[in-house]
Amino acid sequence: MPATVSYDDVRVGTELPARTFPVRRLDLVMYAGASGDFNVIHWNERLATAVGLPNVIAHGMFTMAEAARVLTDWAGDPGAVVEYGVRFTRPVVVPDDDRGAELEVTGVVAEKLDGNRVVVELSAVSAGQAVLGKARAVLRLA
Amino acid sequence: MALDRSFIGRTYPPTEPYEVGREKIREFADAVGDPNPAYRDRAAAEKLGYPDVIAPPTFPIVLSMRAGGQVVADPELGLDYSRVVHGEQRFVYARPVRAGDRLTAVVTVENIRSGGGNDIITTRADLSTVEGEHVVTAYVTLVARGTAAREQEG
Repeated sequence: MPATVSYDDVRVGTELPARTFPVRRLDLVMYAGASGDFNVIHWNERLATAVGLPNVIAHGMFTMAEAARVLTDWAGDPGAVVEYGVRFTRPVVVPDDDRGAELEVTGVVAEKLDGNRVVVELSAVSAGQAVLGKARAVLRLA
Repeated sequence: MALDRSFIGRTYPPTEPYEVGREKIREFADAVGDPNPAYRDRAAAEKLGYPDVIAPPTFPIVLSMRAGGQVVADPELGLDYSRVVHGEQRFVYARPVRAGDRLTAVVTVENIRSGGGNDIITTRADLSTVEGEHVVTAYVTLVARGTAAREQEG
């Protein structure tokens, strides 16, 4: 099913609307429950620091899910995403306060392919450092 | 000790069917804070051409992580899970997962290698409906830190 962004209106270098997402302890608890990933490093500060982490860290898959919203909000149809991959390079550290961490996500069209498909490269930054590497998606546009 | 490379190509039996529910999709979308109506409202999903609400792109992890547990917990492979971190994740979609899908996962070991003192294993989970329609393939790379030779900060 076609997306709302038109292939013909997109060029290499087109920027997707950037977003900043909050990452709070509550978000991690909700994500743990919804995903079934109850690894203690995502909710228990005592055990996270015991294995050498600075604090509780976000699930990599939570970060990947937030970054995907830049793709799906832009495309209109979430089904436009036909391929999506990331490398988890650094953890998003989430302090136990009311603000938590912030995740800034940007995306740019890196390549136009045949079949109305485009390659989007994403960048995800928290506390000034890239937390995803090789974050790349293929979208099929209208 | 490095992992046994003879596991490359090994395929595990299909998992029991998982029935994708509308409320599970809504719960997942709420958990990632995504208000997109296509994840909640059947009429909105139908406007996009789908027969029912669809799931966010990373939703298949709910199934693929569970299915991948077969590999992680395989005593013959001997992966030290206490040292495992999620290195990479990739999805290749035939179509979005949607409510009403009954999906099974078949997990295959794609690659095993060592790098920087770490054991690195990549598996794929092919998710198909019980009717045999391929929906999405999830690739996961797990890194067992320091198990191949020496401890290394990742």
